[in-house]
Amino acid sequence: MLFDRIRFSWFWLCCVVLLVGVTLATQVIDNDFLFFAGYLVLTFVVLATAWNILGGFTGYVNFGSAAFFAVGAYSSIVLHKAFELPMPALIVIAGLVAGLVGLGTGYLTLRLQGVFFAIATLALAVVLETFITNWEYVGGAAGTYVIPPSEVYFFGSFIEAMFCLMLLLAVLSVAVSRYINQSKIGRGLAAIRDDELAAECMGVPTLKLKLISTTISGALMGVAGAPYPFYVTYIDPISAFNLTWAVNSIAMPLIGGTTTWFGPVIGALLLGTMQQWAQVTISSELNLLLVGVMLVAFVVLAPHGIVGLVRKLFAKKEG
Amino acid sequence: MADPVLDIRGISKHFGGFTALSNVDLQVGEGERLGLIGPNGSGKTTMINCISGALTNDEGEILFQGRNINGMPAHKRTRLGIARSFQIPKPFASMTVLQNVAIPLEYAGRREGRRSIDDQAREIVESMRLGNLVDTSAGALNQIELRKLELARAMAASPRLLISDEAMAGLSGNEVDEILDILFLVNQRGVAVIMIEHIMRAVMRFSERIVVLDAGSKIAEGLPETIVNNPDVERAYLGE
Repeated sequence: MLFDRIRFSWFWLCCVVLLVGVTLATQVIDNDFLFFAGYLVLTFVVLATAWNILGGFTGYVNFGSAAFFAVGAYSSIVLHKAFELPMPALIVIAGLVAGLVGLGTGYLTLRLQGVFFAIATLALAVVLETFITNWEYVGGAAGTYVIPPSEVYFFGSFIEAMFCLMLLLAVLSVAVSRYINQSKIGRGLAAIRDDELAAECMGVPTLKLKLISTTISGALMGVAGAPYPFYVTYIDPISAFNLTWAVNSIAMPLIGGTTTWFGPVIGALLLGTMQQWAQVTISSELNLLLVGVMLVAFVVLAPHGIVGLVRKLFAKKEG
Repeated sequence: MADPVLDIRGISKHFGGFTALSNVDLQVGEGERLGLIGPNGSGKTTMINCISGALTNDEGEILFQGRNINGMPAHKRTRLGIARSFQIPKPFASMTVLQNVAIPLEYAGRREGRRSIDDQAREIVESMRLGNLVDTSAGALNQIELRKLELARAMAASPRLLISDEAMAGLSGNEVDEILDILFLVNQRGVAVIMIEHIMRAVMRFSERIVVLDAGSKIAEGLPETIVNNPDVERAYLGE
């Protein structure tokens, strides 16, 4: 018990040090590109972590991550246009809306298992994209512009503020995922992933836990999407529903390792950084190819991701 | 029967045009050892799926300790005290043996004072003679160990009724005896047991009473000695 508590505070201590350290670093570092690229990497940390709660912990593959991300982005467009709400309110409400979409999707589709659930999530993305494309208020197919605020407090530039905001969201998402992973809920989800019928017959309320999982997963994806229109200043359905979001949300946890909370973080940091680097040094079209090659390599060579690979190596050393 | 722990009244189950169970009655007394036998496809597994809540019966009603549990989801039935093992073992393969047993303890078991779930799980694992495997991954177990794990998990839910679905199929003679010993042990703690089994030696030794299903209907019920001499039962198994 005591040991758990000490570890608990270690986690939070690291989070606080990271947040304060990075915030202070923005005062020294002047290279805006670093923050611009870092923002995207952190968005992927949130997306990968969110995907993993349903995909990794519960075993339900979601191909529609882009839909939840876009629900977050467009919720904040609507709220910004209609009420000019401040950013924290946009994020919270966008998270709630995406969470509700997650709950609804879960309720309608969780009777489907395996590949059928995956297809249903793909269909959700197509339906929502069609809906947004035909909604004039949010710009329809042509998209819409968002003017970022000209002045920001404390930070040297708007992108620095956005970067720190996304870092905070990433830390919170990881904390949520870590809490679930180590709690009774997480153990129940793992039982569902291993064998749903056996779990139900062992007293695990499978439907309820799956709905909790889809809701939290969807909400966090919405949170990742909410600040995005301000980051790019222009959004249209093609970029909000882009395949990149969905593919990366799946590839990053798979490459990092799906059964732990830190697997997706490792995968997102590694793959996200590589993509940003490739985009600048080689070509912007190389991104998805890179992801594809990595994914195939890992599925063949290290099916349990980096975390699984490291554990296997350690087990060999001990044995 | 004075106060049956399980009282099934006229349940039926159809899959499309196929009738898997047709108007079956079944009572199990407190702490009773009941054998449920019948040829392949006679509806035994459908029956226990209906009892445990994995399937819902189309007609009739199921009372557990006097309470109607029709339509109740499986996890709630487990919490009430109906536990089952699976014919084809369904371990939580990514977990250790101990973690497997901890799941029903945490979700359906009765907490024993201040004892930790781990301690309770360890005790159950040891009583099922899996003590040397507590930290082994469930995915690495052999057949007999998997059967024992199935029973260990079922027991972790502190049931009043245990349904053992062919826990001995494919095991050797000694292994069958080992599982039988475990089931007797479980029964001595006051848990009623429904044993579904094809190994007649085990059914005859274990059961106080036997119920025979054939083509979805109950064709015989009674003491083991009378059942083996029943001409209907013989016909069901061997044909005319």
